[in-house]
Amino acid sequence: MAVYRRTYTTYSGPLTPAWSRCLVLFRYSRRNLFRSKLQTGLFVLCFFYPLISLIAIYAAHNLSFLERLGANGQTISIDNRFFFYFINVQGVLAFVLTAFTGPGLISPDIANGALPLYFCRPFSRAEYVVGKASVLAILLSEITWVPGLVLFAVQSSLAGPGWAWQHLWIAGSIILSSLIWIAVLSLLAMALSAWVKWRIVAGALLLAVLFFGAGFAQAINAVMRTQSGHFIDIVYLMATVWTSLFRMDSERAMSSAEAWIALLGYCGVCLALLVRKVRAYEVIK
Amino acid sequence: MSIAIQPGAADSTTKETPAAPETPVIELESLSVRFGSREILSNLVCSLRGRAIGLLGPNGAGKSTLINTLLGFYKPSSGTASVLGHDIRTGTRTIRSLVGYMPENDAFISKMSAVSFVQMMAELSGVPMAAALERAHEALFCVGLAEARYRQLGTYSLGMKQLAKLAQAIAHGPKLLILDEPTNGLDPSARQRMIRMIRDIRDSRQLQIVLCSHLLRDVEDTCDEVLILNQGRIAHYSNLEEERKANKRFLELETYGANGDFTEAIEKLGCECAVTANLLKMILADGVEVRDIYRIAAERDVRIRRLNFRRDTLEDIFLKAMGS
Repeated sequence: MAVYRRTYTTYSGPLTPAWSRCLVLFRYSRRNLFRSKLQTGLFVLCFFYPLISLIAIYAAHNLSFLERLGANGQTISIDNRFFFYFINVQGVLAFVLTAFTGPGLISPDIANGALPLYFCRPFSRAEYVVGKASVLAILLSEITWVPGLVLFAVQSSLAGPGWAWQHLWIAGSIILSSLIWIAVLSLLAMALSAWVKWRIVAGALLLAVLFFGAGFAQAINAVMRTQSGHFIDIVYLMATVWTSLFRMDSERAMSSAEAWIALLGYCGVCLALLVRKVRAYEVIK
Repeated sequence: MSIAIQPGAADSTTKETPAAPETPVIELESLSVRFGSREILSNLVCSLRGRAIGLLGPNGAGKSTLINTLLGFYKPSSGTASVLGHDIRTGTRTIRSLVGYMPENDAFISKMSAVSFVQMMAELSGVPMAAALERAHEALFCVGLAEARYRQLGTYSLGMKQLAKLAQAIAHGPKLLILDEPTNGLDPSARQRMIRMIRDIRDSRQLQIVLCSHLLRDVEDTCDEVLILNQGRIAHYSNLEEERKANKRFLELETYGANGDFTEAIEKLGCECAVTANLLKMILADGVEVRDIYRIAAERDVRIRRLNFRRDTLEDIFLKAMGS
């Protein structure tokens, strides 16, 4: 019907499948993210280190190229340590990107009371959380495990199938370490975004949770002469998991199993916070 | 309390009386809702079939809770209900696909333009992207926001936000439109516009309306059936048209040349009369018709300038319900 006809008309056309509705949220949220030039700039910046790494891999297999750069006799070793550092750098960038992106996901809906409009439709709370989380999950994937795997593939093609087969576990470590970090960051950012209406405050809280958590953990360890303080330090927990996944020789105050359990616990708490807050109307008892 | 409700008659403004649907719009079967130890809705039993149903009651009567329960936002503590034949305990998703909901409070995304907002909401209801965009434009034209449809919702006035909420509620072409206090915070002219809009949608006869309000005028202007709630219970059900017909024995006469003789003659017929200035109010006795009044007036050379059937207003009905 032409738009100039101002009468109400019913809709009798086809409907999209129910499973695809959460992609609607992903599409709108993603489009909204890249409206900000700062956000776009930051996202582009996140590919700087992968580019450097790519050059390093190329250089490691081209001695003439290294000689031209004046690095005679020096070699670059492409091994688990190389990918461990890659994940560390990209992990930090993922955190910065989350601090900018995450708080704006749910808080605008809650601040303006838009949640009943989502849930009065054939659209569940789980679909809403999945739709919003997918924005962060895909965004962070694009800067962590996806370029990580590209680097691994480039190294494999240059070093030969023997190297790839021998180091296949590194590819698994890249994916697993990225996914757990993405899960922790996404859920934490969304939980904070759901509980704090103001976007800037939610972003500041995310920074506080990670930085003050680390400081507070150190304080607990020093005052109480224990190592249990590390359980509230998400960065330390993550580093422990990564160290173990990349088979790095490093002394940690806790086992990787303990770190895994603690991180999954954090994810559970964040999910519980989300379930409590993401609803059409809150019942005040 | 059990109410058997007959098919709803259309408001006098409707061009023709719509046929009542076979399936009740809303059927409440001993529905109770409890928050903690407090019972908000208590054992509601009712079947509503009207084209435009008003949910009326004082603040805190449970109107919004009833709507939220029907939409599946709150779980019933006992009993159940059905909307358009779908049980709220088992068919929440189906109900939500058939319903358009305009909530009472502010509900928008401030950084989005109205057209993107309405399009997104239509897409979430299952309308494909291209069709949703077209429907969003249509809905915004329909509610009168055509000129402002590319503006961010955060810049809208309160009245415009209400209209945007209405647009998102109708964009996906629902079978039932639930409006929770649609005229909240509107100035008189904006209120008139909103009421006219609701009437237009109702008269399009393509969907049914449930209007929840504590404002009697809003309900009276738009609805043909009214359910009055008080303290979580059904205080009264009223088919407004039937109520109006039932009060046709109450007359108001404006006369010229009437004296005590005229009033006396009418009272002799068994009618109760009260005189104020030129106005004569009376309740017709059984067996007395209006033509008897005209006859008495003619015999006494009294001119009747105006004769009105004084119908119960919704306010009268509401006050009676609250009183009982």
